[in-house]
Amino acid sequence: MKRTLLAAITALAMVVAGATGVNAKELRWGFQTDTDSLDPHAHAVTFTIGFLGNVYEGLVRRGADLQIQPALAESWSISDDGKVWTFKLRKGVKFSNGNDFNADDVLFSYNRIADPDAQMKINVASVKEVRIIDSHTIAFETRAPNPILTGRLNSVFIMDKEWSEATGATKVTVMAGDTEKVSPAGQTAMGTGPFIITDRTAQVKTVLVPNPNWWDKATHNLTKVTMTPVKQDSTRVAALLSGELDMAYPIPTQDINRVNSNGGTSVMLGPELRTIFLFMDQNAKNLYGTETKNPFLDLRVRKALYHAINIEAIKKKIMRNLATPSAIMISPLLFDRSGDFNRYSYDPGMAKKLLADAGYANGLSARFDCPNDRYVNDEQICQAVTSMAAKVGIKLSMTAKPKAQYFKQVLDPKNRDYHVGLIGWTPGSFDSHHVVTNLLATYDEKAKTGRYNLSNHSDARIDALNPMIQSESNKAKRDGMIAEVFKRVHDNVYYIPLHQQGLAWGIRDGVSLKQRGDNVFRFRHVNIN
Amino acid sequence: MIAFLIRRLLQAIAVMAVVALCAFFMFQFVGDPVNQMVGEDATNEDREYLREQLGLNDPIPVQFANFAIKAAQGDFGVSYQHKRKVSILILERMPATLELAVTAAIIAALLGVPAGVYTGLRRFGFTSKLIMTLSLVGISLPTFLIGILLIYLFAVILGWLPSFGRGEVVKLGTWETNYLSVSGLKSIILPAVTLGLFQMTFIMRLIRSEMLEVLRADFIKFARARGLPNRLVHYGHALKNTLVPVITIIGLQLGSLIAFAIITETVFQWPGMGQLFLQAVQVVDIPIMAAYLILIAFFFVVINLIVDMLYYVVDPRLRVDLPSGGGHG
Repeated sequence: MKRTLLAAITALAMVVAGATGVNAKELRWGFQTDTDSLDPHAHAVTFTIGFLGNVYEGLVRRGADLQIQPALAESWSISDDGKVWTFKLRKGVKFSNGNDFNADDVLFSYNRIADPDAQMKINVASVKEVRIIDSHTIAFETRAPNPILTGRLNSVFIMDKEWSEATGATKVTVMAGDTEKVSPAGQTAMGTGPFIITDRTAQVKTVLVPNPNWWDKATHNLTKVTMTPVKQDSTRVAALLSGELDMAYPIPTQDINRVNSNGGTSVMLGPELRTIFLFMDQNAKNLYGTETKNPFLDLRVRKALYHAINIEAIKKKIMRNLATPSAIMISPLLFDRSGDFNRYSYDPGMAKKLLADAGYANGLSARFDCPNDRYVNDEQICQAVTSMAAKVGIKLSMTAKPKAQYFKQVLDPKNRDYHVGLIGWTPGSFDSHHVVTNLLATYDEKAKTGRYNLSNHSDARIDALNPMIQSESNKAKRDGMIAEVFKRVHDNVYYIPLHQQGLAWGIRDGVSLKQRGDNVFRFRHVNIN
Repeated sequence: MIAFLIRRLLQAIAVMAVVALCAFFMFQFVGDPVNQMVGEDATNEDREYLREQLGLNDPIPVQFANFAIKAAQGDFGVSYQHKRKVSILILERMPATLELAVTAAIIAALLGVPAGVYTGLRRFGFTSKLIMTLSLVGISLPTFLIGILLIYLFAVILGWLPSFGRGEVVKLGTWETNYLSVSGLKSIILPAVTLGLFQMTFIMRLIRSEMLEVLRADFIKFARARGLPNRLVHYGHALKNTLVPVITIIGLQLGSLIAFAIITETVFQWPGMGQLFLQAVQVVDIPIMAAYLILIAFFFVVINLIVDMLYYVVDPRLRVDLPSGGGHG
């Protein structure tokens, strides 16, 4: 009896295995976290928005090369004053419930994402008003000329107005008081995109199938995608090695060789858009919490720290070549004139001389704060910087802590509780102006500039260029102004850029895909043999 | 007995209130939830608005009072990260954790008790010494290391068992079970062994030392003198008399199995409450953290209560409401 049962189970298992093996092109993908929810407007989290981009679409989208392409809008034009963008919407597009897509849905989605409770509202912050012109034409008017509006609208996903009203998903989940206002959009996705979510258990798995009615021609050959969050690095690598996953990332730097030598799997490396850099408080008279004069007010000290850093050693020994040393505060992929810039050389002798000139021949001490779970090998980078700085006489006392505590400590502009620190930045709009206005302009609460100017420096020329860069539509002129800002940052060492950290995606042989520098994975570029 | 139960219930409420209070004060040091929720380029007003919405600007006693009043009604609020009700999130994940912990406890007891008896009876035998040496591994290696080693051996090298997840679960109403499908059963083996290994060695060593002690007692000598067969002496008399401390330990350990499943769940991507909690800590999702800690306190209290009641069943001396006179108590 027992044996018969066992035989029956085995036979059944084989049948099931066989049935799913024929012609099925299933992609099993493991990432380190799950999407926060399925609401396309509620979370300002790169992974969540990146994942939902497989299901939802904006008026425009980014290709694998990160360039803006038409999506739900077929074409657009900009008024002469640069303030009004008129979009011609694509006709015949349907949401996956069969409802037609039209201008009402765009206006509805704009209102939903502009809601104060929606964390994605930043993407429409420059928009003053949205007007429907006819059922397939819509105009976006900005407060000031904004040549990079489409760089934001690709993340403004369009929801179905009728569906949202019928299900009560017209607003994102409201966090305050009344806990009954949980939006159903968090549990169900209803988009126009290339894939449809058919099954989801949060934190366990999400199953998608191709949208048969997608407006664009599908270039992938998938029949099913299963996304499983696997938090632990070693488990994720093991699941890729054992063939339980077809694609997994991130692969930790120390496991890259293991995955490559496994046979059947390999790691796809590439530069990420995020720049890792050091900041030094350049405003406080005394170092925070001490009576010691702030040495970083002196350009020579900042330059000395820059010269002290052996970036090639960090790249080789700590990042295992999974990094691109950087001379400016934005990825070279996002700024055409990045080739104009070079790092200050690694030169401990020069660093010591600069320190002596500044009156610190006997060295100086400062605190150095670091996250330990945010960037690739963040804590190890900080340890290396600490020991390199010590060699020229800058004694940093380093503290590394989890990001939740670290960001609370350093991101409060009213209480700058740090001397030197490490942080990373990816410009949300993929444009230099994002870096200029957030990191490089003077902190001004009213003008909403310099919110992340962690060095707390103030440069009148950068402040003057900031609004000009925002509204200039001539690319050469604009790039010239951006280059001027970056040159000032370099000459004055407002920050010390370290590197672009790298992407490491583990892929099973036979799976082809496109790696995007923003670490976003689009299933529509995947083919499986 | 009823007075005892009521007393215990009152204690339980007090314990949970204290846990909630401690947890709430601890949350002031875990970091800032707002930074985890807003985008990188959020303005000060955005942050302030969110802070106000979440009630983070209220004094801590007010925050605690708001939380306690709602929690008493079973409402733990909405998760900052998932934007869903915490009570639903936890209920969804509870079956995974309970099945894992119970499976681990069963494996620990089924292997630990016989091994303990065996090593107690033949303490100079080669096998006993081997078992005792191996058990040191279970005591001394940290759980996550054992988990990773098992994954590499059984999933990557041998390819017999899955390296992560619960496999295909079967739904029984709202309860998702691992026990009713082949892939579910295969999936639970590695995490349950990892989680139960420490408990198993612990039980084994406990039973062994208890056995050694009991076997020297007079009543065992008398039992042998009466000519009872070894089987009856060892299992009927000796083992039964070792059980009081063993039940205490197994019971209390079940509580720690549930609580410490956090690490095992993370290593094996087991979608239980522990994993939910760990993730909540990373993004400072206070509603989940608070609810989880209170729930774990509740589990400990309930298990303690059951253990206390089991004493009555196992130890006849406790059933008489008189101080036990004489004997070897």
